Amino acid sequence: MNKLVKLFITSISAITLALVSFTSSFAKVEGDYIVLGSAISLTGKYSSNGVHTQNGYNMAVDRINKMGGVEVQGKKYKFEIIYYDDESNPKRAAQLAERLIKQDGVHYMLGPYSSGLTKAIAPVTEKYKIPMVEANGASRSLFTKGYKYLFAVLSPANQYLEVAIDLAVEKNGGKGVRIAQAFEQDAFSQDVRLGILDAAKRTGSEIIIDDKLPKELNDMAATLAKVKATKPDVLVVSGHTKGALTAIRQISEMKVDVPMLAMTHCDAAKLSKQHGKKSEYALCASQWHKNLSYKDKFFGSGKKYDKDFKKEFGYAPPYQSAESSAALLVFKDAFERANSFDRDAVRDALVDTEMQTFYGNIKFGPGGQNVAKPMILFQVRCKGDECENKVVAPTKWASDKFYHPIPKWSERS
Amino acid sequence: MDFLIFKAPMLMVQASLDGILLGILFALIAYGMALQWGVMNIINIAQGDLVILGGYIAYTMYLVGIHPAWGVIVSPIIMYFVGVLLYKLVINKVVDRDLFISILATFGIAIVFQQLMNFIFGADVVVAQSEYGTTMLFDNSVTLPNSKIFSAFISVLYAVALVIYMKKSRLGRAIRATAQNARAAKILGVDTEKVYAATFGINAALCGIAGALISITLTLHPYVGLPYTVRSFMIVIVAGLGNLPAVALSGMGLGLFEEFADYILGTEFRIGAVFMLLVFILVYRRFKLSKKREYLK
Repeated sequence: MNKLVKLFITSISAITLALVSFTSSFAKVEGDYIVLGSAISLTGKYSSNGVHTQNGYNMAVDRINKMGGVEVQGKKYKFEIIYYDDESNPKRAAQLAERLIKQDGVHYMLGPYSSGLTKAIAPVTEKYKIPMVEANGASRSLFTKGYKYLFAVLSPANQYLEVAIDLAVEKNGGKGVRIAQAFEQDAFSQDVRLGILDAAKRTGSEIIIDDKLPKELNDMAATLAKVKATKPDVLVVSGHTKGALTAIRQISEMKVDVPMLAMTHCDAAKLSKQHGKKSEYALCASQWHKNLSYKDKFFGSGKKYDKDFKKEFGYAPPYQSAESSAALLVFKDAFERANSFDRDAVRDALVDTEMQTFYGNIKFGPGGQNVAKPMILFQVRCKGDECENKVVAPTKWASDKFYHPIPKWSERS
Repeated sequence: MDFLIFKAPMLMVQASLDGILLGILFALIAYGMALQWGVMNIINIAQGDLVILGGYIAYTMYLVGIHPAWGVIVSPIIMYFVGVLLYKLVINKVVDRDLFISILATFGIAIVFQQLMNFIFGADVVVAQSEYGTTMLFDNSVTLPNSKIFSAFISVLYAVALVIYMKKSRLGRAIRATAQNARAAKILGVDTEKVYAATFGINAALCGIAGALISITLTLHPYVGLPYTVRSFMIVIVAGLGNLPAVALSGMGLGLFEEFADYILGTEFRIGAVFMLLVFILVYRRFKLSKKREYLK
């Protein structure tokens, strides 16, 4: 009897072991499916943008699968994604990346939401030599570490508001301007700040206020009082959605008059919806806008993407969704050019990527950042109580004229 | 740049007024904390999260088309019951325990509240619009948002009402008696269990009022509760328990301190300065207490 039990246990463990090794060696491609993995913030403080990212991924997977999938060595494959919820927590994200790679046997990764979480995952994917195409980590420090398996479809953070300074200098007749800036103390916002410092140096501009906002802060009254006293030509604010909403609230309440106001995260903050006319004339950096003229065969144009996305998910796609969809297009393209499932072959194909998607041109620089796509600026403009984001820079895609300077509060109705 | 404030006297006025108005709001939250700390000997880490929940109640009203300022009436009513419920579910089990247990328990409550608010209201930062406009002083060089004046006024109103209530009403007297000596109060027929529940409810209601005011003056997000807890903790440490004028003064002092730290040390050290002050005060108090208690050794 005892022997029988032992035999039973041994055979069960043998079968389990065999199964485990079997699945992990073939999980990257199961049957007709190419399996991608992603840790994503479905709960916690990044959950809304995490969901935008996931919707972007899912939309692209559906579209690519419906339109014939990915052709490798003459056979058609479909995409499938394994998701885990990282709870907006970097440590958890790194654990889940390990789990995706070691237990689920995933060989190709899609990025999480936010620079912080991408930073947590990148060392893991690098260690296991897993190619990761990410769409939501813009921090410059991601691209200076010499990562070889990290590819980002978006423009790095330091480029976010450089264009705004150029625009201000242009409006000032090519002379340097006086800049007041307030940035939150986190990786992303500080990278945006570095971009402004570069732009200021390049254009001979002077930075007269340089405030760093603590993460917990939701009151900028002191910074704005300084702005009022020093009268700069440009005010630059970056502090995620909280920074954008706080800035507009207090600028309008304190009647701070600046000729130009440049920010990030306006669309994520639903600025024009939450603050209405108070947000008018704010200039916002964005990775993407539906009116840009880029095209691809899967989603057509930005406008078509906007329409299809609305139909599928019931809301207009923020740029976080658009760039996430683009990540899948990049993967498909790389698999087909590599014509193989070998990780290094796919990685090499990713390095050579040069393509246009509805989201923008994509070509990776030596650090893995997208160097082919400029940032755009839009300005909030209102008609009556209806406010809209109008693209004003770069001039190639501008649908409307940049309104400058911002009228004084005393002249605004 | 750092000393801009000394060059422009108007900035000094602006900073002082901003600080005082903000400080009054902090004082209201701190008064709730002092009350239940004094009565129940519980340090409520979830204080800030109760504030944010109160804010979301006002925000919900704003969403359905009611002016968010009505939140200062609706929110405390709802929050009172939330507080009583919390007491019955969790707090009554930790009331007589070690202070450490109550900190752990309320820390747990804070996490649950944050996740619940995230789940119900989403992770987006939101604001409610009061459209109260702005008061301009000194030829427009000092601006005060009317919403901030409104919130300071409401805070003072509620605080005064509460002081009168505590002095005159039966429940108020029972609460004060329990705070002085719970056992004696019990022997003399005070239902301390009821008093505890009411105290926690009143604290939650005060948080509800503060939250509604924050929804129209600052911003709301499920995870920004902690700074309010820390600030009120600090105010209470400075002012002591059960001393409303001291709480109000120390609240305004903290508001002023924050604003001036911002101008003189720089915005990045604003919150840091608050923590430094806390450390300094704790060390100072210990130093003073050790002098007094020497004979005990």
